[in-house]
Order: sequence, then structure tokens, then C-alpha cells
Amino acid sequence: MTAPTIAPPERSAATAIRQRLLTGSVVGPLVALLIACAFFATQTDRFLTGGNLSLIIQQVMVVGTLAIGQTLIILTAGIDLANGAIMAFGTIVMTKLAVESGLPPLLAVLAGLAVCTAFGLANGLLVTRVPLPPFIVTLGMLNIAFALTHLYSDEQTVTGLPPELTALGNTFAIGDTQVTYGSVVTIALFLLFAYLLGQTAWGKHVYAVGNNAEAARLTGIRTNRVLLGVYATAGLVYGIAGLLLVARTGVGDPQAGQTDNLDSITAVVLGGTSLFGGRGLILGTLIGALIVGVIRNGLQLIGVPSIYQILITGILVILAVTVDQISRRRVK
Amino acid sequence: MMAKYGKTVGALALTGAMLALGACGGGSDTGAQTTPGGQGGGAIKVGLITKTETNPFFVKMKQGAEQEAKAKGAELMSAAGKFDGDNASQVTAIENMVAAGVKGILITPSDTKAIVPAIEKARRQGVLVIALDTPTDPQSAVDALFATNNFQAGVLIGKYAAAANAGKQLKIATLDLAPGITVGVLRHNGFLSGLGVPGITQDTKEQATDPRVVCSQDTAGDQAKGQTAMENCLQKDPGINLVYTINEPAALGAWTALKAAGKDKDVMIVSVDGGCTGVKAIQEGKIAATSQQYPLKMATQGVDAVVSYAQSGTKASGYVDTGTTLITAKPVPGVESKDVQYGLQNCWG
Repeated sequence: MTAPTIAPPERSAATAIRQRLLTGSVVGPLVALLIACAFFATQTDRFLTGGNLSLIIQQVMVVGTLAIGQTLIILTAGIDLANGAIMAFGTIVMTKLAVESGLPPLLAVLAGLAVCTAFGLANGLLVTRVPLPPFIVTLGMLNIAFALTHLYSDEQTVTGLPPELTALGNTFAIGDTQVTYGSVVTIALFLLFAYLLGQTAWGKHVYAVGNNAEAARLTGIRTNRVLLGVYATAGLVYGIAGLLLVARTGVGDPQAGQTDNLDSITAVVLGGTSLFGGRGLILGTLIGALIVGVIRNGLQLIGVPSIYQILITGILVILAVTVDQISRRRVK
Repeated sequence: MMAKYGKTVGALALTGAMLALGACGGGSDTGAQTTPGGQGGGAIKVGLITKTETNPFFVKMKQGAEQEAKAKGAELMSAAGKFDGDNASQVTAIENMVAAGVKGILITPSDTKAIVPAIEKARRQGVLVIALDTPTDPQSAVDALFATNNFQAGVLIGKYAAAANAGKQLKIATLDLAPGITVGVLRHNGFLSGLGVPGITQDTKEQATDPRVVCSQDTAGDQAKGQTAMENCLQKDPGINLVYTINEPAALGAWTALKAAGKDKDVMIVSVDGGCTGVKAIQEGKIAATSQQYPLKMATQGVDAVVSYAQSGTKASGYVDTGTTLITAKPVPGVESKDVQYGLQNCWG
């Protein structure tokens, strides 16, 4: 069921299907992921090993986490072009404060998370209070965060990080497989937001605002407050993505994240979330991110140049949106 | 139920298309492959990771690596970043190549510091890592470096410019790469050192300057940015008479700006790279001289090093200079150079 305030009282079979389509389904993306995995497993025996699967999760954790924030925003019929740049600024804040200003690592991380949350909040205020279209707000913020990153970092990669900053890159063993703590954080975040979106009133309000903001407002949902919360939460999540990035690469890199805005949108779309808002599941986004990671890793293992991964991803995005459009039309 | 059914069909069509493409990609690339099953008993696997897929320099490098891998019966895997400076893609490529079981990785690091942890991880797993063209920071993060001596490349054109402009009051513009990138600093500093600026060595970390340098701009080695940079430099000081550029695209951008300002005949451009377009520009008189470097040689020697490591366990180490040659159509006494013909025979792109 979606927002209880707008749900129709009767429960016919047609309504059930309609409800289901309004929130989306992960069946399509999941089938695509499994087929891709099956394909690569038949091509090379190096694909389906614990170590390699763990590696794929590590490789998608940063974009995957960014895509959590992106999903929240897209569910409200918005878009965030600035998430990679905000994350990059967060990583430079964390690493510079810890290395050069000698701040305790935990405080440096908190400062980085706070900065990212502030960026998200600023986006939310501009979208709700002025109000401006999310595309324009985040396009502006993309440039602002990019410039601040390069100014503050003085174009220098920050190295020599204290071990606390890269702790999420450490591993523990499940059987013979080494898994990073960062991968666990990413999965846990996905589960947390799946719960928040699916089981709480807040989640239902997010879907309602994305479906029809005016109708949601008339039913008593404070749409601006929901939007502000979504953008600020997304900012915080970008900060966590930044911490994961630092853990993964072991440095603070001012060049990082330049294509991550589009990569995160790709994951959201491949996961079956509608760019028109109000429909989609956060776990679909995880699957979308994994599809990209599996194709990249699998093609590399069988010796296909990385450019083909980009080609295939492009085609998949268009196919995924086509599927979304066709199923939307049928619902109507 | 119709809608849901349609969605599943759509998803199936989607994956079908993906698989067809995947198979296509595999099919078009089987030239270097021997064992599609990926069994360890097959050919020696060599990884090549370049900064981008599109720069002719890296295209030539990849060609060289492919030819040599074929000649030695090895299998080449390649990958690249999406843009210059894309560290994340290079890290991912290293991990995937190690997972694929390569014996060695040849890499032109996009971010010389940020790539280091990933390289160290690969080396701990017994993979030979050789940097091509661009040293890592620190250089000791890799087993070996096969590269142009970029400082020396700068010195050659600096000496040439000094000799060709003897007795002239110089006003110099330098169109550089990007802040903090070692290659750019080395070429820039080499140029000034060759020009006779004292106190600059190969180990000078900061981009050096000189009173005669009236304008320094970053171009990222891009033609359009080179043009904009030159236009701005001319605004700053119209008296500029010598232009150093990080590479020939930047040089051609600078030439376009100079031509528009009617100054192309009075201003000398010197550059580094030796790409075919650049050598032709020397032939046409747009660029006075360039230091030519040899990406093909870097790749060939890199593949050889990995193959010999796989066969005998001997690791390449240290720095191997793959050479630079000064190419000009107007040689000056006292500075050794080769003509355009030689440049065209050995150019890339």
C-alpha cells in the first residue's frame, strides 16, 4: 500500500496490481542481473568465486551508496547532478582535516559528513523555498562543490591518512572470502532505506510527494518538509559514500567522483525506478549498481576492453527506461 | 496481469540484448585470446591500463602492446579511465585484472598519488607492475618505470629556444598541463632549465618560474583550452614572443590564437610529444620544434618485461628511459636535432 491518506478503500485485484506498479518491482532488474552472472560464469571460472563477487561489491559500493541518495531524490520526481561533487568535497574535508589540521579522525569524519549534509540541505532549501527546479539547483551545486573541492585541496591529493579513515576498507573473512567492512555498510544502508521507504510513514510520504505533490499536499502531507528531509538525508548519505571512497582508495582525491552523478542515475534507472517520481524500490537500485559492476568485472575477466562496458550500459539504460514507459502507459 | 507480464518480457528482452552484445564484444576481441575458459594453463596475461581510450598517444601504446603480446604469444587485457584524472576506474581495472590472473600490469597512472595503494595491493599478490609514460608518486611504488625523461624532453626544447632566440629579449608564455601533475611540472621545469634558468633540477617539485615568463596557464593538454589560454595570455601581455606548450594539441590551440591576433609569424612555439599531427605542424611552420617521445617503445618493452617475469621470474626494476629526440625543420647550431622526415617516420597518432 502507498500513502494511507490517499489509498482507495477498496482492495480489488486490479488495485493490488496498480499498487504494485506504483511502487515498482525488482523482478526485471534481478532477472537481468542473474542472467549476466550466469553468462559470465559460463565464460570464465574466475567469475563465480567468493573473492571476485566480494570484489564486485567493493567496486560498486561508492556509486551504490551515492545512488541511495539519488533514489530518494528521484522518487520525489527530482534529480541530483551534484552528488559526486558533494562527495568529493566531503572526502577532501575529512582527509585534509585529519592529516593537515591534526583533528582527531572521528571528528574529521563527522565534519565531512556535516559538510555533505549541509550541501544536501542547501539543495533542499533552494528546491522548496525559492522554489527552483532540482535540475538547475544541483547543476549549480555541482559546479560550486567541484570548485570548492579544487580550491580547498589546492589540487593536491591528500595522502598519509590515519588508519581510522580507511578502517572501512579493512576486511574480515567469511569462509575463504575477504569482505570489506565498507561493503557491509553499503548493504546495511540499502536495507535501512528499504525499511524506511517501505515501512514508515515518512517513506509513504516520499512516494506520495513524487506521485503528485499537489495531491499529497491536499491530503495534509507537508510536502516541503518531506522534500527538505529527502535532500538533507541524501547529503548525509553522500558523506558516507565519501568515507567509503576514502577507505577504498586510501587517499583524498580532488579529481574523484566526476562521473558519479550520472553513474548513480544509471544505477537508479537500471534498478527500475521511474525518473518521473513516485515509483521504484531502493533494492532495485542496489541491483542496478550491481549490474554495472558485474558487466564491468565480467568483461574484464574475459578480456573485453572496458569501452564495451560503457556501450552496453548505455543500451541497458535506454531499454530500462523504455520498459518503465511502457508499463506506465499500461497502468493508465 | 498484462502490465506485469509486459514488464518481465521487457526485462528478458533487455538481458537478451545485453548478452548478444556481450558475446559480440567478446567475439570482436578474440584476436589476443587463447583460452576463453580463462584457465591458468593458457597464455601469459598482460594488463594495460591507460589514462583514456581516445588520446592517440595511448592508442599507439595499445597497438604496440597488442603487437608485442601477439608476437610473444601472450594475451593482452586493456582498460582505461573515462577521463584524464579518473583514478577510480583505474583502481577498478587493476583489481579486475588481478582477479583475471594477469602476470603483470602496465599502467599510465592518471593520478600519480591516488593510484599507489591499489598498485601496492596488486604487487603484494605477486603481480609485476610497471608504470609507462608517467611515474607514480613515489616512483618506488611500482617495480619499474618505462618512460620518456620528461625533464630532458623539456631541456631539449629549452636549449633550442635559447639558441634560436640568442640575443633577443624574451617574453614567455607557458601553457602547462594541470596543477600537481608530475609530467607537466617536469617538462615545464626542463624547458626553463634548458633555457638557462639556474637552480632547477629534475628533483624540483614546484613548477619553477623566471622573470621572463609573463604568463602561465593550465590547458590539460587540450586544444580548445590551449587556444583560450593563449588568448588570455596575449591579453595579459601582447609582447609574448616565445610559447612553451605541454603538448602539440595545446600548441596548435596556441597557434590558432596567435594567428587570429596576427602574431603567428613573430612568435615561436616549442612543444613536447612528437605526435604525427604535431610533426606535420612543424612541417607547416606552425610549431618550431618538439621533443618526440615513443609510446610504442614503452609498451613493447613493458610487454617483454612481463613475459620474461612470467617465464623466468626476473622482475624489471628501476627507470628505463625510452628516449626523446628533438624534431625541427630549422635546426640551430650547437643543438642536436632530427628533421621532419625522421619525425614523421617515428611519430604516433
